[in-house]
Amino acid sequence: MSQAAVLAQAPEGFFTQRDPEDLDCVAQNGFCPSWIVENFDRYVDPFFQHVYLTLVSLIIGFAIAFTLGLLAHRQRWLAGPLTAMTSVLYTIPSIALFLMLLPLTGRGNTTALIALVAYTQLIIFRNVVNGLRQVPPDIVDAAEGMGLTPMQTLLRVEVPMALPEILAGLRIAASTIVGLATLAFFAGAGGLGAEIAAQINFKSNVVVAGGLAVLLAAGLDLAVLGIQRALMPWRRAVAA
Amino acid sequence: MSSEAASLELREVVKRYPGTDEPAVDNLSLEVPAGEICVLVGPSGCGKTTAMRMVNRMIDITDGDILLDGGSITERSPAELRREIGYVIQQIGLFPHRTIGDNIAVVPRLLGWDKQRVSDRVDELLELIGLDAEMRERYPAQLSGGQRQRVGVARALAGDPPLMLMDEPFGAIDPINRERLQNEFLRLQAELRKTIVFVTHDIDEAIKMGDRIAVLQKGGKLAQFASPAELLTNPVSPFVEDFVGADRALKRLALQRVRDIDLWKGALCRTGESTADVRARLADADLEFPLLVDGDGRPLGWLSERGMAGERVMEDLRSRAEPTVEMDDIMRDALSDLLANQTMYGPVLDDQGRVQGILSLRAIAGALNIRPEDVPSGAGLAETSSPS
Repeated sequence: MSQAAVLAQAPEGFFTQRDPEDLDCVAQNGFCPSWIVENFDRYVDPFFQHVYLTLVSLIIGFAIAFTLGLLAHRQRWLAGPLTAMTSVLYTIPSIALFLMLLPLTGRGNTTALIALVAYTQLIIFRNVVNGLRQVPPDIVDAAEGMGLTPMQTLLRVEVPMALPEILAGLRIAASTIVGLATLAFFAGAGGLGAEIAAQINFKSNVVVAGGLAVLLAAGLDLAVLGIQRALMPWRRAVAA
Repeated sequence: MSSEAASLELREVVKRYPGTDEPAVDNLSLEVPAGEICVLVGPSGCGKTTAMRMVNRMIDITDGDILLDGGSITERSPAELRREIGYVIQQIGLFPHRTIGDNIAVVPRLLGWDKQRVSDRVDELLELIGLDAEMRERYPAQLSGGQRQRVGVARALAGDPPLMLMDEPFGAIDPINRERLQNEFLRLQAELRKTIVFVTHDIDEAIKMGDRIAVLQKGGKLAQFASPAELLTNPVSPFVEDFVGADRALKRLALQRVRDIDLWKGALCRTGESTADVRARLADADLEFPLLVDGDGRPLGWLSERGMAGERVMEDLRSRAEPTVEMDDIMRDALSDLLANQTMYGPVLDDQGRVQGILSLRAIAGALNIRPEDVPSGAGLAETSSPS
């Protein structure tokens, strides 16, 4: 009778458990390796949903912030207002932003992506502007003096030289967004956060869902580092 | 290989920055004939760099006009104009993210040259500046300061521009390498004959590099525009006199070579020669003691009284013929040699070591009165210059 009661309350995956020792572990919300092995499937879809939310918001966020950064660099008067705007976005508490958007855009990916994109803005924008600002003036002077147009100078000289700073911003944004996306379920967009919240006291569940998020963050970080190395052969040549 | 150099004319050029009373460049008029180096020199804040940067429209002129080969620069788009004007700055400004080859190729690519032509041009320029072909794939950070400066010059020459602007191009180089780079550049210029506007604050560099020197003073006013020799001989104002320095007579000597001045005639004699003949020659010479030479005319030493006592010249020297100077020596160095040996006279030798005349302190003093237009300068001086 009492066992039936436990069964009734347990998550679906519980029924696949046969080993009494495991049963005991799950019943105590412990860390149960064999349960994890048998139930790993249930994390695949949320994981890819998490990857989707992270990558799409990073790509859109980078495109917007990079463009704004170039604009602010070319039109110096825009730098102040744009910095202020992206800072305000960054200071809104994330859960509040997810909930605030609900009445406007409804539950689902759109709401989650809007909020996540908003959070990338300050980090990437600030690094783009700082990176461009740190390009030595004599190099820009030489470029213009040789007859590169302002746009050619920007794209062929200033942006490549600002890349370390810009990509550093992208790395910070990536790990921030992986973290924030765990709250996306407040907007009804699922992701690993939904799994964590569903059984927040069950250690096995939290470890697997949380661990996947950490792995995703680390993987993205390595990917950006790889891009950085591929795009900047001159740094390797000098170090060698 | 070289396109025609362009003439440059600044016509009453004015630069006034908004919110300032004093203009940065005030009514500056200069004419630079094609193929000459015009140096803009003056103390900091005299507007020399501003004046140079107006030529390629890095700074827009407020009033007046600048003509490149007779055409106003204000009618050209800045980017297009700049591709025709070589540009070298003190910090060099090589692109650190591009290889040396790519750095040199910037302007040819902007000009739309095809790949093969760009590549050939890069090879040609690396050879011209004396860098190995393998340097092509290196990055600027892998080069020494002197090599980077050479690449900066090569990059400016890449599009074969008829005009070059150089803003303190050797300013950040240590004195020894600086002198070497200056000499290299003058040899290059003797071959290329570009029109060059060269900015420096160093009057010695101005005198060495310039065919003509424009001395600017505070407020961007032209104090004097003249050849180096003229500037040193006839400074037109106390400012210019002060700026060229109290040692301007010595600086003039740096522009002259021993062959350029009237040497004294000495009385040469050989051992065993009739002393009567030697006395006859002495009467005709500028110096009262004879110089003993060997069979090939090389100096042995100044003959003593005793050497002249008998019928025949005997080898009896009052002193060795130290120092000797050569026809191609710079006058300033020759004077220094005389002073170092505490002597008034020194035999002048040709490249076979034969005596051609006598250099004396009085002859040097006389040389300072020669007409300025007889004094070679700039590229002319470099043609016969040996690497130092």
